[in-house]
Amino acid sequence: MHEMSIAMSIVDAVVANAEKEGGVRISGVELLVGKLAGIEAESLKFCFSAATKGTLAEGAALVIEEPEGIGECGECGMRFPVTFYYAECPKCRSLRITIVSGEEFKIQSITIEEEGE
Amino acid sequence: MCDTCGCSGDGGAVLRKPGESDYHVHVNPGAEKHLHPHADGEHRDHDHFPEEHHDCDYMHDHDGGHHYHEGGSRKIVLEQDVLQQNNLLAERNRGYFEARNIFALNFLSSPGSGKTSLLEKIIPLLQQRIPVAVIEGDQQTTNDADRIHALGVPVIQINTGSGCHLDALMVNRAVKELDIRDNSLLCIENVGNLVCPALFDLGEALKVVIISVTEGDDKPLKYPTMFHEADLCILNKIDLLPYVEFDVAKCRENAMRVNHHLEWFEVSATTGEGLAQWQQWLEKRLLHH
Ligand SMILES: Nc1nc2c(ncn2[C@@H]2O[C@H](COP(=O)(O)OP(=O)(O)O)[C@@H](O)[C@H]2O)c(=O)[nH]1
Ligand SMILES: [Mg+2]
Ligand SMILES: [Zn+2]
Ligand SMILES: [Zn+2]
Ligand SMILES: [Zn+2]
Ligand SMILES: [Zn+2]
Ligand SMILES: [Zn+2]
Repeated sequence: MHEMSIAMSIVDAVVANAEKEGGVRISGVELLVGKLAGIEAESLKFCFSAATKGTLAEGAALVIEEPEGIGECGECGMRFPVTFYYAECPKCRSLRITIVSGEEFKIQSITIEEEGE
Repeated sequence: MCDTCGCSGDGGAVLRKPGESDYHVHVNPGAEKHLHPHADGEHRDHDHFPEEHHDCDYMHDHDGGHHYHEGGSRKIVLEQDVLQQNNLLAERNRGYFEARNIFALNFLSSPGSGKTSLLEKIIPLLQQRIPVAVIEGDQQTTNDADRIHALGVPVIQINTGSGCHLDALMVNRAVKELDIRDNSLLCIENVGNLVCPALFDLGEALKVVIISVTEGDDKPLKYPTMFHEADLCILNKIDLLPYVEFDVAKCRENAMRVNHHLEWFEVSATTGEGLAQWQQWLEKRLLHH
């Protein structure tokens, strides 16, 4: 289950950032997980709550935004939605497609609680 | 707890060497923050982010991002790559390899596709012209490192324990423990798994994905991320083609659909068929990388 080790790296990263900012608790985490990033959002959510146990991020609300895949044709330059790594250009039928969006895998933001504020 | 040294155990990866039963080095998963090799007793300090002091106004730039207040809590925009830690370290590995003219290959496949067998066959062919070193990744045992050790090349085993892939930190540590010569080829055999090793850059020059004819010709479609990330694909066990239902052309077509830059080779580690073509290609890349 590779989402578990991924969830653990996310927890490491958000906790490091929260500590750096003087947070005592992390109440929210926003992720950007492209539809083509090779990550199952559902399974990541499940692993995330397990991975946060006993850390500053325990109980944090996880929000995952999933940008759609967009391909660009290498022949005619047309951009169109894709759901997979390969696709055919709807305009010129070329198979030389480059993915320009949908592979994102980022921590967008965290929300931290500070003591006595 | 580590059963070799009794240290408080971290569940992280451990480096081992064939024929040196008391040698082992822990690689802690907390990135570089916490490395403690037991072999020489050295213990690095934990790395922390540089201290930063700031007064909180409503909103201001902060370390590339910015943050603002929202009631009693504070939202901090990070826009940070999840795999940033790994990617940074992978780039350091890459810089090290380039500086020493080491050509590093990351071998990826399902368990049993023949990664170790292919290394056993190709290394003796290449070794005559170029020094070779190997990093073996497996959850447990030094079996694969032992097989490579028998060829007389420097090899180190990374046992990932519960981990299902190698990461840049493990390779960074392994490289320091391994005697790699300048101008050489470094083969890194990843843990048998077609899913997450695709996401973890190790600093290699090329990713080599291996499938065997016993696995089904739709494998590239089932594991598109891996085939999309790979630079070359080796179809192994072609000696078994007469006995299995496997459409080579179809498999190749599926792979090329996922990645139109993919180099393609068909070999048998058992009979040696096709190895000469792959060897030729490798030798050309070794000269001109
Ligand atoms: N018939 C045949 N068997 C092979 C070939 N390559 C490897 N094998 C067998 O496949 C099994 C797994 O090989 P191994 O190299 O350990 O796979 P790894 O897990 O990818 O390192 C072993 O029993 C090998 O003997 C091949 O080209 N043809
Ligand atoms: Mg092996
Ligand atoms: Zn087109
Ligand atoms: Zn392309
Ligand atoms: Zn130990
Ligand atoms: Zn320590
Ligand atoms: Zn993994």
